[in-house]
Amino acid sequence: MAKAAIMARSATAGDGALADAGGPALRDDKDNSSNMNRREARQPRIAIADLAREAEAAQTVGDFTATDPVITVRGCNVWYGETHALRDINLDIGRNEVIALIGPSGCGKSTFIRCLNRMNDTIETARVSGEFRMHGEDIYDRKTDVVLLRARVGMVFQKPNPFPKSIYENVAYGPRLHGLAANRAELDEIVHSSLRRAGLWDEVKDRLEEPGTGLSGGQQQRLCIARTIAVSPEVILMDEPCSALDPIATARIEDLIDELSQNYAIAIVTHSMQQAARVSRRTAYFHLGRLVEVDATDKVFTNPGHKLTEDYVTGRFG
Amino acid sequence: MQFETLLLILVAMTVASFVLGRQRAVAVAGRCGGIRALHSLPKYYGYYAAICCALPGLALLLLWLGLADRVVVERVVDSLPAELRELPEAQRSLLVNDIKNIAAGQFVDPGKREELAVAAELYLSLKDSSRRILSGLIVLLGFVGFGWSWLRLRPELRARNRVESVARIGLALASTLAIFTTIGIVASVLFEALRFFDRIPVSEFLFGLTWSPQTALRADQVGSSGAFGAVPLFAGTALISLIAMTVALPIGLMTAIYLSEYASRRVRAWVKPALEVLAGVPTVVYGYFAALTVAPLLRGFGQSLGLDVASESALGAGLVMGIMIIPFVSSLSDDVINAVPQAMRDGSLGLGATHSETIKRVVIPAALPGIVGGALLAVSRAIGETMIVVMAAGLAANLTVNPLEAVTTVTVQIVTLLVGDQEFDSAKTLAAFALGLVLFVVTLLLNIIALQVVRRYREQYE
Ligand SMILES: Nc1ncnc2c1ncn2[C@@H]1O[C@H](COP(=O)(O)OP(=O)(O)O)[C@@H](O)[C@H]1O
Ligand SMILES: [Mg+2]
Repeated sequence: MAKAAIMARSATAGDGALADAGGPALRDDKDNSSNMNRREARQPRIAIADLAREAEAAQTVGDFTATDPVITVRGCNVWYGETHALRDINLDIGRNEVIALIGPSGCGKSTFIRCLNRMNDTIETARVSGEFRMHGEDIYDRKTDVVLLRARVGMVFQKPNPFPKSIYENVAYGPRLHGLAANRAELDEIVHSSLRRAGLWDEVKDRLEEPGTGLSGGQQQRLCIARTIAVSPEVILMDEPCSALDPIATARIEDLIDELSQNYAIAIVTHSMQQAARVSRRTAYFHLGRLVEVDATDKVFTNPGHKLTEDYVTGRFG
Repeated sequence: MQFETLLLILVAMTVASFVLGRQRAVAVAGRCGGIRALHSLPKYYGYYAAICCALPGLALLLLWLGLADRVVVERVVDSLPAELRELPEAQRSLLVNDIKNIAAGQFVDPGKREELAVAAELYLSLKDSSRRILSGLIVLLGFVGFGWSWLRLRPELRARNRVESVARIGLALASTLAIFTTIGIVASVLFEALRFFDRIPVSEFLFGLTWSPQTALRADQVGSSGAFGAVPLFAGTALISLIAMTVALPIGLMTAIYLSEYASRRVRAWVKPALEVLAGVPTVVYGYFAALTVAPLLRGFGQSLGLDVASESALGAGLVMGIMIIPFVSSLSDDVINAVPQAMRDGSLGLGATHSETIKRVVIPAALPGIVGGALLAVSRAIGETMIVVMAAGLAANLTVNPLEAVTTVTVQIVTLLVGDQEFDSAKTLAAFALGLVLFVVTLLLNIIALQVVRRYREQYE
C-alpha cells in the first residue's frame, strides 16, 4: 500500500502550510467574536472564490493515520448525482479514540461518516468510491453483510429519533433483531446495562414501559445512544448529537462520550469548537468536500497547519 | 322587467360604481397631496363603492326570492270564494298548484272551475307587479348605496379594511353553505324516516330477520303484509364489505409499501397514475365488469369444483368492489407511510435492521393508526357503494354468511324501493329513507372515528 508515500506527501504539504501559520490560541466562542472583529480590522475577508481555489489545491495537512486503526479510509469519493460531495479523503479511526469532524455546513462531514456504515446505500443518487476497511476487511465488498456492519458501526443522529415504542422496546430493538439474547432475562440484562452505560438508568428505571417519545430531548438522545450500544458496536458514529439539545443535556452527552471512549471508537460531527476540544483526541477539518487538516485536537485548535483551518477555528468564516 | 335584464343592470351599476369610486378617490387624493394621502389604494375605494351599490340590492333580491311567492299566493287565496278558501290545507295546496299551472299556460283538467282562471289572472298580475317593484327597489338601493359611498369617500376612510371584512364575510358564508346543505339533507332523511317509524316500530326494523317490503294494493293479496326487518340487508352489506376489504386492505397496503419504500422513482411515476386511473373508473363500469365478467368466471370455476355459485354471488360483487377500493387504500396508506419520518427508518437501519425488518417493526407500527383510519374510510366507502352491488349483488334478501350465495345490500334496496312509480307515503317507499338514515349514521360514525384516528396520528409527528 502507498500509505508511506501519502504520508510523506502530506507531511511536506503540512510543513509548507505550517511555516506561514500564525498559531492563534484556542478560545471560547465569546472571545471568538471579538477576535474575529480584531482580525477583520486587520485584513479584509477572504473571498469565497479564493477559498475554493485554496481548498482545490489542498493536500491533507497533518497525520491522517491512527496507531491502532479500526477503520481505514483511502481515496474516498462520493457523488450525489452530479454533485461531488467528497474528494479523495484519507482518514483512519483508531481504537478507543474520539475523533471530531468539524467544518462549515455542507462540507461533507455527514456524508463521510455515513460512508462508514454504508448508510449512503439508502440514498438513491449517492455513489461511493474508494477503499474502506474495518480491521482490514473491505466494508464495500459485495460479500460484506451490511446488516452486520451496521451493528458493528452504530450511529447516533442529529435529531433524537427514538422509535414510537416503549423505552424498553427501543433499547431491546437491536438485540432482538440480531438475536443477542437467548431469553427474557438476558434481554433485560442487556437493556438495563445499556441504559446504565448511557447514563439514563436512574431517570427511567421506573418507567421502562412508557413510550420513548415522551422523554425530554436530552433523555431521548441518551436513549438513542443506549439503543446503539445495546448491540455492542465497536465504532459509534455521532452526527451532531447535541445540536438539538440545551446546554445541560449537551454537557451530559459530552460526559457520556468521555466514558464511552474507553470502550468504543467514536467519530463525532460537531459544529461546536468547544465541544470538539472537550471530547476529542483528534480533530479533522473538512472544507468543501476535502479533508483539509487532521491532527491532535490541541494542535488543530492552538496551532493549525492550514490557513483554512485557522480561519475556521478562529471564527473567521463557517 | 326580465330577471336577466335586472341582473345585467345591477352588474353594470356595480362596475360603474367601481370606476366612479376609484376616480373620485384619485380626484380627492389629488386635492390633498397625492395618492399617498389616501388611507388605501384608489382601487379599494372603487371596491367599496361597488359593494355599497350592489350588496343591499343583492340582499333584497335574496329576501324577495324567499318571500315574494308566498305573499302573492296568500293574496290569491284570499281572493278565492269562501268555500274554496275554507278547504283543508292539503287540498288547498293542490288548488294553488292548479292555479299556478293555469297561469303557466299548462294543460289543466277542463272540469276545473271558472274561479281558478280568475285566480290565475290575479296571480299573474301580482307576480308581474312584484317583479316590477323588486326591480325598482334594487336600482334605487344601488343609487342610494353608491351615493352614500360617494359622500363618505374621504382620504381617511379605511376602504381597504372595509373591503377586507366584506370579503371575509363572503368567504364564511360560502363555507357554511355546504354545512347547511348537509343539515338539510339529514333533516329531510330524518323526517321521512320518522314517518316510516310511525308505521313500523324501530325495533322491528333494526332487529327483524325478514325483509320483504311489499305493501298490498288489495287487502286480500298474497304476502300483503310487508316485512321490514333490515337485518338481512345489514348482513349482506357487511358480508360484501368484508369481502371487499379482504381484497383491498392487503393488496392496497402492499402496493403502498412497495411504492413508498421500494419502488424507484421511475416505477412510481408509472404506477401511481395507473392507480389513479383505476380510481377514476366509473363504478357503473365496475358493475358491468362484476356482472358480466367476474360473476360468470366465478360460477364456472365453482362448477368445476362442484360448488354451486349463485350467478349474483356476494363474492363477485365483493371482489370487484375490493378492486375498486384498492387505489383508495393504497393512496391513503402511501400518505401515512410517507409521513413516517425518514429519521425513524435511519434509526432502524443504523442498528442493522434490514429494509423489510424496518418496515415491519418500525414503519408499519408507526403508521398503523393512519392505516387503520384509512381502512375505516375505505369501509365506509364500501358500505355506501351502490352501483356495483346494484348490478352484481342481486335482490334476494338472504340472511347468510355464505359468499357464494346471492345477498342484497342496503344501497341496492334503497334503489329498488325508489325506482319506478311510487306512492310517496307508503311504508315501502318510506323504508328507503329509514335505510338511508342508517347508512348515513353508520358511515358518519366511521368517518368521524377514522378522521379522529388519523388526526391523532398526524399530531404524533408534528
Ligand atoms: N441526499 C443528498 N442528495 C443530494 N445531495 C446531498 C445529499 N446529502 C448531502 N448532499 C450534498 O452533499 C454535500 C455534503 O453534505 P453533508 O455531508 O450533509 O454536509 P455536512 O454534514 O458537512 O453539513 C452538500 O453539498 C449537500 O448539499
Ligand atoms: Mg451534516
